[in-house]
Formats: sequence, C-alpha cells, structure tokens
Amino acid sequence: MLTTRLENLAESLRNALGDKLVSIQVRYGELTINVLAEDIFAVSKMLRDKNTLTFDTLIDLCGIDYSTYGDDLSEKNNFKNRHFAVIYHLLSVDRNHRLRVRVLAENNDFPVVDSITDIWPVANWFEREAFDLYGIVFTYHPDLRRILTDYGFIGNPFRKDFPITGHVEMRYDAEQKRVVYQPVTIEPREITPLVIREENYGNCES
Amino acid sequence: MAEIRNYTMNFGPQHPAAHGVLRLVLELDGEVVLRADPHIGLLHRATEKLAENKTYIQSVPYMDRLDYVSMMVNEHAYVMAIEKLLQVEVPIRAQYIRVMFDEITRILNHLLWIGAHALDVGAMTMFLYAFREREDLMDCYEAVSGARLHAAYYRPGGVYRDLPDTMPQYQPSKIHNQKQTRLRNANREGSLLDFIDDFTNRFPKYVDEYETLLTDNRIWKQRLVDIGIVSPERAKALGFTGPMLRGSGVEWDLRRKQPYEVYDRLDFDIPVGVNGDCYDRYLVRMEEFRQSNRIIKQCIDWLRKNPGPVITDNHKIAPPSRVDMKQNMEEMIHHFKLFTEGFHVPPGETYAAVEHPKGEFGIYLVSNGANKPYRLKIRAPGFAHLAALDEMSRGHMISDVVAIIGTQDIVFGEIDR
Repeated sequence: MLTTRLENLAESLRNALGDKLVSIQVRYGELTINVLAEDIFAVSKMLRDKNTLTFDTLIDLCGIDYSTYGDDLSEKNNFKNRHFAVIYHLLSVDRNHRLRVRVLAENNDFPVVDSITDIWPVANWFEREAFDLYGIVFTYHPDLRRILTDYGFIGNPFRKDFPITGHVEMRYDAEQKRVVYQPVTIEPREITPLVIREENYGNCES
Repeated sequence: MAEIRNYTMNFGPQHPAAHGVLRLVLELDGEVVLRADPHIGLLHRATEKLAENKTYIQSVPYMDRLDYVSMMVNEHAYVMAIEKLLQVEVPIRAQYIRVMFDEITRILNHLLWIGAHALDVGAMTMFLYAFREREDLMDCYEAVSGARLHAAYYRPGGVYRDLPDTMPQYQPSKIHNQKQTRLRNANREGSLLDFIDDFTNRFPKYVDEYETLLTDNRIWKQRLVDIGIVSPERAKALGFTGPMLRGSGVEWDLRRKQPYEVYDRLDFDIPVGVNGDCYDRYLVRMEEFRQSNRIIKQCIDWLRKNPGPVITDNHKIAPPSRVDMKQNMEEMIHHFKLFTEGFHVPPGETYAAVEHPKGEFGIYLVSNGANKPYRLKIRAPGFAHLAALDEMSRGHMISDVVAIIGTQDIVFGEIDR
C-alpha cells in the first residue's frame, strides 16, 4: 500500500513539475526530488498550491556541505564538484505524505538559493540557520542575520573545512578587566578515527 | 502628554520566565508589544557538528541533552533513523518498552510544562504538585538506565537492557524511621512494572487535582483565554506540530497518522482544540496526560505477558552478552570492533520523525558509509514554535508574552542544539 501511494505521489509530481524536475528517487520509503536552484521558488509554490500535492507545512530546511562526501558517491548522485545544497523536508498534513527536495547551489564560493519565506513563513528561521552555519545566501529573505552563533562571529562553523575546535576562544582578562578573544590553545584530537570500509567488507560469502 | 511612547525593552537572557536563555528584544508601545525579536543561540553547542566527529553510539547521550525534559524521545528519533539506514529489525518487546517510556517521558515533559507555565502565570502550587509526580517517573528512569535524566537507554537495534525485577528501596534515616520507610517502600516491593502500574492507577486522580486548581480558575482563564490565537491554516504555514497544531483544531498526530513502533496496536484518542488559544493548548496537553496514562497501562499488560529479547541479536550492531563475549572468540571480536571502531552505516539519507511531547522531532541523517554520520540535522519542534513568537505576541501585553512562551513549551536545549 505504501509503495502505491509513493508511486501515485511520484506520478503527480512528474505531472505537476514537468521539466523543472531534475531527478526523482525512492529509497527507504522516502521520496526525494532534485530541483535546480533557479526553479525552487516556482516549484515550492506549485508543491503547496497544486491540489494533488498540497504540501502545507515545511517541516525542515537545512544546509549540507558535500565537499568530503566521497567522489564515487557524489558522482552517483550527480553532485560532483557542487559543495553546497539545501534540503527541504515537506509534509502535507491534509494528504498525509512527505517529500524531500534537494537544491544544489551553483557556486561553491558564494552559494545562492532563492528564499521561500513567502510560501512557508516557517522557512524564515531555518534559512537564517543555514546562512549562519553554511554561508548559503538566500535572496529575497526579509531578514538574513546570523541566528545561532555569537554576536560578531566570523566563519561558517558547519562547513567541512571549519575545525571542530573553532578558531578563537574567549576568556576573561584580569589585566584588561574585560573578556578577550584569542586564538584557540587546545589541540584538535580524534579519539575514534573515521573509517570507510570497502564494499562487502567482512562478507565471507563473496 | 508624553511625546514618545515607543521604546525597546530587553527581556532575558536571565529571567525566570524565559525558560532558560531566551533573549527577547521587545518593541513596545506603552505595554503593547509591537514586535518581538527572539535572540537565540546562547546555548548553542553544535551538537550536529559534534555528531559528525563521533561514532553513531557515542552520539546517543548527546540526544538526551537536546530537549533535556524529554530525554528518551530524542534518543528514539535518533536510533530510528539509524535503524532505518541499517534496515535492522527491532524486537517487539523493545518496541513496547520504547513506547512505554516515550509515554512516561511525555508525562514527564508535560508535568514540567504545566508546573513552569503555571508558575509564570502566577500559580505557585502547580509547580510543587508536578514535581512530586516527576520524582516517581524519574525513579523509573533510574531503575531502567541508572540515570535519572540523561538515560542513554535506547540503542540502535533495541534498548540497552530489559526492565528490572526489583525497584531500589528507601533506607531508614534520621528523618524517616523504620515504620515510615516501610510505608514509603510500599509500592517498591515488586518489579518496575508493578511500580509503574501503581503510578498509572494513582495518576488520573492527580490530573483531576491539577484541573481542580486550574481549569475553572478565574485568574488562569483570564490569563490564557483568547491569548495567542493561531488559525489552523496559519499554524500549518508556521510549521507548528504536536499540541501547538492540535490546539488550533488540526487533528494531526504522528502516532496515529504515520505510526511507528507499535502505536498502531494501541488504543488512544487524540485531543484537539477549537479556538487555537493558550487555553485550548492547555486543555489539549491535560488530555494528553490521560491518554499517555492509558497507553502506558496497555504496554504494561503486554509486557507482563510477553517476555523476550530487547535488543537485536545482530552483534555487528548491538554488543553481545558479557558471558558470550568471554567464552566465544567471534563475539569477542564483535565486542572489540563495536567499541573501538563502531558499526558502519550504508551510504544513504533518511528522515525519521517521532511525536515528541512538543511536536514533531525529526532526525535527518546522511551517511557516506563511514562509522560516523556525514550530516546529522536535528529538527526541533521548539525552533519553529519560537519563530512564531513574534506573530503570536503582536498586539498583546508584555505579561501575555510570558503566557505565550509558557504555552509554546520552550526548552533551549533543543532550540539552540
């Protein structure tokens, strides 16, 4: 029953979006579509207003940095040489279905995606968060400020090239009688190394 | 007459009604709020970034610290996302235990909410009442996981261990003599299930007590009725979920609409509000107390009758028993690999959501086949709710802002992450 519902949804997505739809895939019972950055506003409007889709709620919006994702994986997913993407999770309360939309930003140095705050007002803070943590700029956003990081913070902390220790630390300086920022004094350390095994690792049958 | 009436006021970050570290910049016209600009991030710990540098199991305790009043439900979403990518089957008994503790957590969360909300609005007694019951439920947490708050009890593939057969007991002290101690231990003689059963029998009467204090209370109604009204359409556009959405009259509950674990086998009702104001959201949550109690009762009945494993027997994901580990070479290797390298999750992405006491709590997990997540995004319900504070409080008085913060059930652990 689940698969037929997903197929129906995929079919109505194909009908509604036409050539704006770059690709569509189903995995783990979840539907993902890829859309071009310049189309996202028009696509979102259609997703919300089209009767067969009615995605009335934006559940989540987040940025992602694919720069160290792995070459073969990126190639499989068609985002080779594209570092930044915005992931939208949509939910239709009326029709009870979900959808994931992925938008890859064109430019790696200055990623830009159109804002969808006019369609789902909840996107306002989520876009501010993606801007803050990944430096993705949302055009036509009414109030694009940092949200989670400190006042006066420099850098985009969730990018893969940002160290987990950060660049500066804060302490109280007794001589100057104020709080000062200084370069971090702790060494980065990795307790458990990152390991990616080759396919079929430990599989005795093959 | 004064010329200028508009001014800006700073509320928090250290304010008892700010529920943690909310800094609000309020633009006021006299006492009327024109604009509210919440500044968040004062509790930002970059949990998502930390998780990218830890193995999957090492991040489980971080989930407890997100929404630190509903610990186990956070873990639930996280382990569900991992299980979805690994495609592992969770034993049915573990599913029932999870559901039972989810509902215990819901009661825990709502108890803190009603206590803090009433305290903000000016009713001191509720806080003391709510914490009396929280004590019993935290004892359940302790009995099952060893920790009263940050349990780390749910693991990928099941739960850490089965429910204990005995409850810890009070010892006589200078304050409580032998006889009093025996009375205090009366409901702790049996197993954990007996203790929870006893609690579910007592709890409906407690909820009646809360309602006697609040529901028809004139001051309570004056502070809540017609405050922060949100229409159903607006609630959906603003990304409301959970009691905030149901308070606006939308019948939406993941436990019923997209059931996970064993919720489709259980019998419970979904309360829905009518007007979408603070009072309706209060009524919705009060009814959720009773419905959660009902679910716990059903789980206890099932768990008493059906013993079985509580964690998957796939030892590539869950550790083997100590006895097996010491007697069997293969289990020894599994144990070693699991606790040094951790397990590997196949490449892919998934989104798992649970009906958190505050709304929809979701985990978006991207894996590239490593022993650590490539990207973990936590969808916190409070984040979307707090974003709507501006809209909800516009045109209300300053004191109503406090009531609206209370009704949103804000906890900064999850909003700032």
